[in-house]
Amino acid sequence: MTPRLFSLLKDAALTAFVAAALGLFIVGFRTVDVGSTKGLAFDYELVDLAVAVVAIFVGRLGLSFASDGQRWPALVLGAVLGAVGAAPVRLPSTFLHWFVGLAGLLVIGRSLWPSAERAFGQARQSPQGRKLGVVGARWLAWVLLAAAVILPITPLADQKTMDLGVLILTYVMLGWGLNIVVGLAGLLDLGYVAFYAVGAYSYALLSTQWGLGFWAVLPLAGAFAATFGLVLGFPVLRLRGDYLAIVTLGFGEIIRLVLINWVDLTNGPAGIGGIPGPTLFGAVFAENAPPGQKTFAEMMGVPFDGTQRLIFLYYIILGLALITNLFALRLRRLPVGRAWEALREDEIACRALGINPTNTKLTAFAIGAMLAGFAGSFFAAKQRFVSPESFVFIESAIILAIVVLGGMGSQIGVVLAAVLLIGLPEWFRELGTYRMLAFGLAMVLIMIFRPRGLIAHRAPSLRLHEKPSGGGG
Amino acid sequence: MTADQALIDVEHLTMRFGGLVAIDDVSFKAQPRQITAIIGPNGAGKTTVFNCITGFYKPTIGRLTLRGDREYLLERMLGHEIGQQARVARTFQNIRLFPGMTVLENLMVAQHNKLMRASGMSVFGLLGLNRYRVAEAAAVEKARGWLERIDLVVDADRPAGELPYGAQRRLEIARAMCTEPCLLCLDEPAAGLNPRESAELNELLVSIRDRDGIGVLLIEHDMSVVMRISDHVVVLDYGRKIAEGVPDDVRRDPAVIHAYLGTGEEGADA
Amino acid sequence: MAYFSQQLINAITLGAVYGLIAIGYTMVYGIIGMINFAHGEIFMIGAFISLIGFIICGLLGIGSAPVAILLVLLMAMAFTAVYGWAVERVAYRPLRGSFRLAPLISAIGMSISLQNYVQLTQGARPKPGGQIVSGGYNLFSADGFDVRVTWLQIIIVVVTVVLMAGFTWVISRTPLGRQQRACEQDMKMAALLGVNVDRTISLTFVMGATLAAVAGMLFLMYYGVIDFFIGFLAGIKAFTAAVLGGIGSLPGAMLGGLLIGLIEVFWAGYFSSEYKDVAVFGILVLVLIFRPTGLLGKPEIEKV
Repeated sequence: MTPRLFSLLKDAALTAFVAAALGLFIVGFRTVDVGSTKGLAFDYELVDLAVAVVAIFVGRLGLSFASDGQRWPALVLGAVLGAVGAAPVRLPSTFLHWFVGLAGLLVIGRSLWPSAERAFGQARQSPQGRKLGVVGARWLAWVLLAAAVILPITPLADQKTMDLGVLILTYVMLGWGLNIVVGLAGLLDLGYVAFYAVGAYSYALLSTQWGLGFWAVLPLAGAFAATFGLVLGFPVLRLRGDYLAIVTLGFGEIIRLVLINWVDLTNGPAGIGGIPGPTLFGAVFAENAPPGQKTFAEMMGVPFDGTQRLIFLYYIILGLALITNLFALRLRRLPVGRAWEALREDEIACRALGINPTNTKLTAFAIGAMLAGFAGSFFAAKQRFVSPESFVFIESAIILAIVVLGGMGSQIGVVLAAVLLIGLPEWFRELGTYRMLAFGLAMVLIMIFRPRGLIAHRAPSLRLHEKPSGGGG
Repeated sequence: MTADQALIDVEHLTMRFGGLVAIDDVSFKAQPRQITAIIGPNGAGKTTVFNCITGFYKPTIGRLTLRGDREYLLERMLGHEIGQQARVARTFQNIRLFPGMTVLENLMVAQHNKLMRASGMSVFGLLGLNRYRVAEAAAVEKARGWLERIDLVVDADRPAGELPYGAQRRLEIARAMCTEPCLLCLDEPAAGLNPRESAELNELLVSIRDRDGIGVLLIEHDMSVVMRISDHVVVLDYGRKIAEGVPDDVRRDPAVIHAYLGTGEEGADA
Repeated sequence: MAYFSQQLINAITLGAVYGLIAIGYTMVYGIIGMINFAHGEIFMIGAFISLIGFIICGLLGIGSAPVAILLVLLMAMAFTAVYGWAVERVAYRPLRGSFRLAPLISAIGMSISLQNYVQLTQGARPKPGGQIVSGGYNLFSADGFDVRVTWLQIIIVVVTVVLMAGFTWVISRTPLGRQQRACEQDMKMAALLGVNVDRTISLTFVMGATLAAVAGMLFLMYYGVIDFFIGFLAGIKAFTAAVLGGIGSLPGAMLGGLLIGLIEVFWAGYFSSEYKDVAVFGILVLVLIFRPTGLLGKPEIEKV
């Protein structure tokens, strides 16, 4: 045995040992209730743990081989893991099949990565590759937009798809809004969902108490949320980045706790129901209109169909999201947008150039809050019910994960990340339980391997020279 | 020239950090259309003087009067107001560009306040009004002018962080100049430059003085730069001013020779 | 008076637990200047390992409470320490020198992952811990109200005081403590002088996790019920304690923990228990705005 091999084995053994120590109690002894009197008992999962630890040992060894440039041993180990994962032999649980199989895929992927990367790099350097890259970057957004616009009139548009579409677009809009704050201005806001809540409750209260309609409340909700953003932001935006993150988290929790406890106003944890949906030129989307109003079906002279309402909601959120996008893209090319990016890069230099850091951050914070307010009132109108449960910290974390994964500052990246993070778990229901685990791990991995996000490219906000075309340099 | 016409008047400036006295009762003046150099050994308090003038530190004692379009008492102003209203621009010892933004964008950010007004706090800009477009085009032209002067036109659309070191130094000066300052403070602009770049820098600084008519305040280690281009030299040592005058006088001043060469009595004699 | 005394006793007990967690935040912040957002989850995992440990003790027939507590304490400290080490190794070490917000985002990701990992493996329902120590001592009676300190409260305060004294000794007197302080001052210089920076940082995380494990066990014994979500609130409160005391300062963390315990208990006792968490968050915001260096922290001079 060569010393090199010995050190790889030692490293893998150490990793497996740490994994065993980590998992011994939390994974190995599953506590279960056994009636109220006896307290807790164990489901022993030590065999599962042992299988997982062995897989980790083999996987780590394979990864070490791969990063060592020894492709064949790595491929063999990966194939073994993959085969065990896919094999019909009975591992103690389906989860373990997945675990072992994915570990195998990881090892295989890692061992093929260098050649894949080289091939990819060469393809990008070739003239056709460059042209494709330029055309792709220019057209991807338009293709996605066209697909989003025509989706409801395709046969795909059943209840489930439209629901999902509305959900994804809501997160796209929130992601674009937060992108202004985090991606452009570099302010880590962990309480973004608070402004979403302000928007949602604004519409919920104004519509149920005063009978105001969706379109009248929408701008008001944005204004309220922006005001909240200004009031909360003013004292805290001087703080260092990480303190700001914690304070915004604190604000988010305060708003949620107030929503729970101020029962007179918000009806507390029970929430507010019976919120009217948005109308189209005064027509409601329901089977029967309330007195004095018409339904959409009556107005158009078509038979009533439940998906009409969903399609309408879909176009509203698509419109809102697009407005958000245009707004953000425009702002980025304006002095204020460049000042945001400059602040993100170096606040001290900004001060030396006479830029007021607090005001500049405040505009980003308030604009982000306003967009969340719009999205919030849409959410209330869609759900027809709001309660504090919808505005927990984890929602903020999901929106942040979308922005981080997409590449802070990248608009198209947010769309891809939203589809990935919101769409995939909804399509594959069984993944749902592992969704948040995967979110968290994705955030860690992205920070380590691609800190600029999936889409890392930054286009200048303006140019002096014409953009170089496909071939030239 | 009488004292009243001085561009900046530093009087009894004192800065303490806890028990440490970084600057002790320093007074000097810098005239408009002149290059004033502040020199001194490491730790003499030069950068601290700059940080007081540009509002990064609040002086413990002292008065800093700037005579630009009107009189400003800098010690009473917040950090960014000094750049915005009194129009004092500065560069940093360890370059502070916006590395991820392009060269051109760096120069556009420097014109932020002017452009903000033209864009009607972004409202006109969002609506795409002509008034803003004209202002933006003018700002780009100004930036192009500076890029020509520092020979970076071809690199305008590259990220500033990718430029070689010497180019970054020049760009930082151009960026400060794009704020249309009346006083330009440069913190060791020649540090790390090779002799050719250093000579180019001298030319640039002289042209800023003569062509743009801007007063320059300069911290420098490189004595050849100081002696060749400065009109007035202030020497600091251990936070005190030990000499002041035209370069040739300062060079012969025994206190200066002692501070630079002598570590003890023998050193001063030798 | 009696009510006040009783509240005071309860507040000190709670404050001791917060103080133990706060030390982990403060030590990590002191050495690498980041908020270890996952520290609350480390505390939660400590509580779960303790819970499992107590059940194992029951199965093994260890009837004596002091023996069981000691065994579980050591076990929880050891195994939670591995989590502290692993989190640093996996999620933070690769990010040294990355952009400013990267470690914090990674920490948030780690926090979410750990929470869901425990939820998946141990279930989402609250877990009753049973009563390990019961009984107490009546101090005095007044206004028809018994002022009582339970044995458990005494254990909590004694364990906390002993551990804090021990750790203060480690930081101020041992080579490890000296290396930690050297890294705090200037990591590059410390490395040049032969300090193993990676190891020192790892040990800091391990120490923080060990104390969090103790806090987890005490929390479990005191409240008798835990779930996968306890780390979030306790973490933020302990972080508030660290900030209030002056982040980076060890005595500050203890003082801050005590104050947060007092604020929470007295707010709940005299004003409203619904808004007690709002009070703590409010304190966090106010301290950061008006005195970001906290009560015992050193002011930071901005380097230009």
